[in-house]
Amino acid sequence: MLKPLLILGALFTAVSSIGGAQVAVRVETPTLQGPRPLPEQTATAAIRDYLQSWQSLRAAFEQNRTDLLDPAFVGTAEDKLAATIQQQTTLGIRTRYLERSHDIQIVFYSPEGLSIELTDRVEYDVQILDHDGVKTAQHVTARYVIVLTPAEVRWRVRVFQAALK
Amino acid sequence: MRARLTFLLSGMTLTLMQLAFAQDGTLSLPKIVEAGNGFSIRSTGSGKATLYVIGPGQVLKQDVQLGELTSFPAGSLYNAGHYLVVLAGANSTESGSFDVIPASKPADLSFLAKPSRLPVGMHNAITGVAYVFDAYHNLITTPTPVSFELSSPSGAVEKHIVVSRDGAASTAMDSTAQQGVDKFVARIDQVSSVRVVGQVPGDPCGLKMTVRPSGQQLQLVTDPVRDCNGNSVPDGTIVTFTETYNGAQSTVDEPLKHGIAEAEMPSHDGATFSVASGVVLGNQIRWAK
Repeated sequence: MLKPLLILGALFTAVSSIGGAQVAVRVETPTLQGPRPLPEQTATAAIRDYLQSWQSLRAAFEQNRTDLLDPAFVGTAEDKLAATIQQQTTLGIRTRYLERSHDIQIVFYSPEGLSIELTDRVEYDVQILDHDGVKTAQHVTARYVIVLTPAEVRWRVRVFQAALK
Repeated sequence: MRARLTFLLSGMTLTLMQLAFAQDGTLSLPKIVEAGNGFSIRSTGSGKATLYVIGPGQVLKQDVQLGELTSFPAGSLYNAGHYLVVLAGANSTESGSFDVIPASKPADLSFLAKPSRLPVGMHNAITGVAYVFDAYHNLITTPTPVSFELSSPSGAVEKHIVVSRDGAASTAMDSTAQQGVDKFVARIDQVSSVRVVGQVPGDPCGLKMTVRPSGQQLQLVTDPVRDCNGNSVPDGTIVTFTETYNGAQSTVDEPLKHGIAEAEMPSHDGATFSVASGVVLGNQIRWAK
């Protein structure tokens, strides 16, 4: 899915094509606290799985289907997002999240290797549809804090939260 | 005549502006709301509209009367995040945004300690990671001091205070010298989370045996087997006795029982006996009648 365009040291930029839209992905050099070094392969897998979680989120919120969250989210993040989708369904709302860019930095890798935390300065457009009529489309820039934990075959998002910029 | 026309045009413009004002609503929003707190949104204009508060963490929708204060009671928004606010009237749509931040008071710690069992006397072998959450399970990302305490049955306490960064704090501790069950606690104010870490004796240290005749055989007996910190090595640990005689070697494996291991081996004049447990080699004895 991701096609790396440029690799310069620990920083790389990529462009991902999601739903026909180009999403710019920039990964900053990790600023890790803690004693455990982060293998490059682990970092790449975590970021890949995190970016895929946005696709799950987009599909789930657009179709109001909580089951679409399951492969990518777990625990608190999954519970909260699922609750929001239930609210949307009750209110007759759907939302369409279209990412434009990600600026990702890994900030924590736990010593036992069971969690990775990253921040993402993400830009996206949100369309709000009320009973299928588009009410508005807004451009958003937000800083997200994400905690990923390993599952059987991939990293899953356990904390997904926009924080103050 | 000109003055009358100007006045008329001005009046018409004012009327049109008032009409527009009456139809449109503008939003007055808080910049930041603490999770769980009440908040208000003020709109201007007149008429009816629908107010949406939208984020991945929560969605609210409410019919409002333009020009009135719309209040959301405490508990309406409790998931931290960035929220869009859209006011959709009959003829226009206004929008804005604000942030919901985690409650300032920590209410929960997600604490992972590893391993749950390890040998005594290991440097930085016990790791603890804590994520700090508020009562609504929002990650508190402001720096917060987290206290990690490892206490042994003897009462010795190793304490580290780590300031969280982006909600995470971690530490590494040495296992203590004494075997037993240690309590590993992560704490912020009154909020704490406890894990148990079992510390078992390390490898045998100073392994020593004696040899004495027992009928036609020789009886080989170890002294009580302890690790380098004086902890008894657990029963069941295998001790290997080896006899070397005339270029031939025979071995007997025996588990520790009540802290010692013993075996009977053939008595040969000039034989050499050695004892070992795992990678630890004990003393050697040359038997002469």
